[in-house]
Amino acid sequence: MSKRKSKDLCLPVGECISRVHAILRQRLFQHHGKPFGVDSQHKHLVELLKRTVVHGESNSALIIGPRGSGKSMLLKGALEEILAMKQVKENALQVRLNGLLQTTDKIALKEITRQLHLENVVGDRVFGSFAENLAFLLEALKTGDRKSSCPVLFLLDEFDLFAHHKNQTLLYNLFDIAQSAQTPVAVIGLTCRLDVMELLEKRVKSRFSHRQIHLLNSFSFIQYLEIFQEKLFLPASFPDSQFAEKWNESIKSLVESKMVEDILQKQYSASKDVRSLHMLLLLAVCRVSVSHPHITAADFLEVFRLRNQDSKANIMHGLSVLELCLIIAMKHLQDIYDGEPFNFQMVHNEFQKFIQRKAHSVYNFEKPVVMKAFEHLHQLELIKPMEGLSMRTQKEYRLMKLLLDNTQVIEALQKYPNCPTDVKQWAMSSLS
Amino acid sequence: MSSLAHTAYPEEKLQEVAKLTLCRESQVSTLLSIFGERQHLSFPSIFIYGHTGTGKTYILQTVLSTLELPCAFINCVECFTPRLLFEQILNHLHHHHPAPENEFSSKERCDTFNDFVRLYNRGMSELSLQETFYIVLDKAELLREMDANLLPGFLRLQELTESNVTVIFLTEIVWETFRPNTGCFEPLTLYFPDYSKVELQKILSSEFPVKYSAEFYASYINILLGVFYTVCRDIKELRHLAALNFPKFCEPVIKGEAKESDSHKLWKNIEPHLKRAMQTVYLREISSSQWERIQQEDREASHLKGLSAHAHVELPYYSKFLLIAAYLASFNPARTDKRFFLKHHGKIKKTDFLKKHEKTSNHLLGPKPFPLDRLLAILYSIVDSRVAPTANIFSQISSLVTLQLLTLVGHDDQLEGPKYKCTVSLDFIRAVARTVNFDIVRYLYDFL
Repeated sequence: MSKRKSKDLCLPVGECISRVHAILRQRLFQHHGKPFGVDSQHKHLVELLKRTVVHGESNSALIIGPRGSGKSMLLKGALEEILAMKQVKENALQVRLNGLLQTTDKIALKEITRQLHLENVVGDRVFGSFAENLAFLLEALKTGDRKSSCPVLFLLDEFDLFAHHKNQTLLYNLFDIAQSAQTPVAVIGLTCRLDVMELLEKRVKSRFSHRQIHLLNSFSFIQYLEIFQEKLFLPASFPDSQFAEKWNESIKSLVESKMVEDILQKQYSASKDVRSLHMLLLLAVCRVSVSHPHITAADFLEVFRLRNQDSKANIMHGLSVLELCLIIAMKHLQDIYDGEPFNFQMVHNEFQKFIQRKAHSVYNFEKPVVMKAFEHLHQLELIKPMEGLSMRTQKEYRLMKLLLDNTQVIEALQKYPNCPTDVKQWAMSSLS
Repeated sequence: MSSLAHTAYPEEKLQEVAKLTLCRESQVSTLLSIFGERQHLSFPSIFIYGHTGTGKTYILQTVLSTLELPCAFINCVECFTPRLLFEQILNHLHHHHPAPENEFSSKERCDTFNDFVRLYNRGMSELSLQETFYIVLDKAELLREMDANLLPGFLRLQELTESNVTVIFLTEIVWETFRPNTGCFEPLTLYFPDYSKVELQKILSSEFPVKYSAEFYASYINILLGVFYTVCRDIKELRHLAALNFPKFCEPVIKGEAKESDSHKLWKNIEPHLKRAMQTVYLREISSSQWERIQQEDREASHLKGLSAHAHVELPYYSKFLLIAAYLASFNPARTDKRFFLKHHGKIKKTDFLKKHEKTSNHLLGPKPFPLDRLLAILYSIVDSRVAPTANIFSQISSLVTLQLLTLVGHDDQLEGPKYKCTVSLDFIRAVARTVNFDIVRYLYDFL
């Protein structure tokens, strides 16, 4: 309500831009806003959690979807809805674990204790087993509460990493508690691995409820465009309404422009996930400044180009002529020997042939100088030694393979500044 | 020069940054726009790659320190274990320096990523830091070899700590080789392009010594780049070479033999000298102090050669022959021994060999292992006098192995008899053969 007064404020452009940045960065980095096209999954999850926190029923479920498909966002949305309900306000406890952080079960247990604020209760007590410890923790909650035990939500991010822990003790115990009617717990795992069930041991698997919620980025291009627009729109609560209006209009015209649509279509076909779209949008937003107050189609074009550079071609752009020659020599060798690995001696020989026959611009370098260039390529990981070879082979004879393909080499050659023509011709003599 | 305009930072600071960062205007302005204002959320992780000596570290250090942004600058070579890494970051966060007063201890002990996130969050709330905190991990390629959870963890540190933190990775290697099997949070990748020849010239020339004019030094740099540019583009390496060879370039001017403007004369003087430098200093075969000494002592220095050129070991008489025999055994196919070492080898058509000669030569594929018996058999036939297979000979073989001129292949299996490989280069063995008047090339199948 108080916002209404400030609505007619006319802020200086700099201030406006700064706020636009703040709002959009917040939105795009922290993934605020509603997830898209996952209503049924959302309902399912909310229902599941509700049963635990309201009715005291234990549950377990896995949310499975590729990276950037909105697993965390779905969970976050569901939790917000659950916690907003009256009955659960102070009752439910959350324990958030992440496979990246809790790398062993011991650390995980400590973290659980910490998050349940039970460090004092545990004190110096010594436990016989993991299960005993966990049971004690939950027991402590039971007695501490008013009439019954309070429900605990275990949220396991990067669930697949927990499966690599020794004996899967944590998972076993969590699922065991969820299955036997002890304290009401809900175990929700998030993972990007579709084969996650295969990772679980039999005794763990049998205790899991086999509820899986799949997220599959199943929106169409039209919806993709809607997401695009929604993400960039300024909210009605923006202090300077005039600026917000102008901004939103410019976004609308962006969506309608052919160029932006083309770019988005390309991005959509390359990767549907929302996170890559966010990255694209953010980079475009970053270009907005006082002297350039609106996003234009040209910005998107530039940003898209930046995002889609071939990194290896980039690295090749910075190689010296000698190093480039070596790569071409390797390419020739691969063509002749059908992709068999090569060693330095062979590359040097090929290079030597070129020098003697065709080269005018490149002169003959001493072998150690060539070797240094070869080692630099190795250091840049453009070539890689074959595995399983002993270190005792001389470095000249160590077998290597090239990690570049023909198109990358050609692209790099075309972009290469002041590339000597004889080198170019030599490269083209077989690459085409 | 494009000016760096950004409303969030004072004008003077930006000008200072611009002055300190030659030829990197576009990178600096991209970085600034990505960083945004101090309080704004920034990207969770930024991956910056580019060749060594393209100013990745330098630009970030300059930008972060000049604009006084809170940051932790970590070199992963230095912090090679997770614990060192975490503690170093926390030290930076708290402006804590290990010193004699605190017995060189870190602010907090931190072993695991879990503890790190907890301690980091606590530090953040203690300091009530609102601005973006930057963690820069230099030489980030080493993170791949540390614990598997480190790289993905740092990539999504913003999410894990729920605070305004940006992790910046600096490396020479492309992002594709970093990505773990099951994928991870994708960072924003930025490329720092290499300097063009013009830019290199500009940067190197900007450091002219006070005694000489800028043009004079620029002409020197031009010559230097003419020799080294095709081989090396690393600005650090070039700078080192420029500093080392400049006194030689000035020599005629000091002696009064030439004027500063006699560019042709100066070029003639310096060019062979630079080429020699490529074979020695550039390869680090002699140290820079040695190089300077040689320059002063020996004006001619025409015989100056690198380490590889006079790699030469003084060996006992039989060891030399043993080595030659080993070389022949390694590089000749066993079936050709008959032709080389039998007096009456009957009729072996030369065309038989020539046809097979079309195949890749052994000098490209490397040495092959051979059994001890074959080595001794060849040894007996190439030494003029009669050699008895005494312990003396066998001990010389094992000392050749110790010198790493031969290597033992496989296990020390006594039943089968040991196998060896000769690991010296052709140049080396020719030098050895010359000392005993043995024409080794005539006995090599590849040179038939």
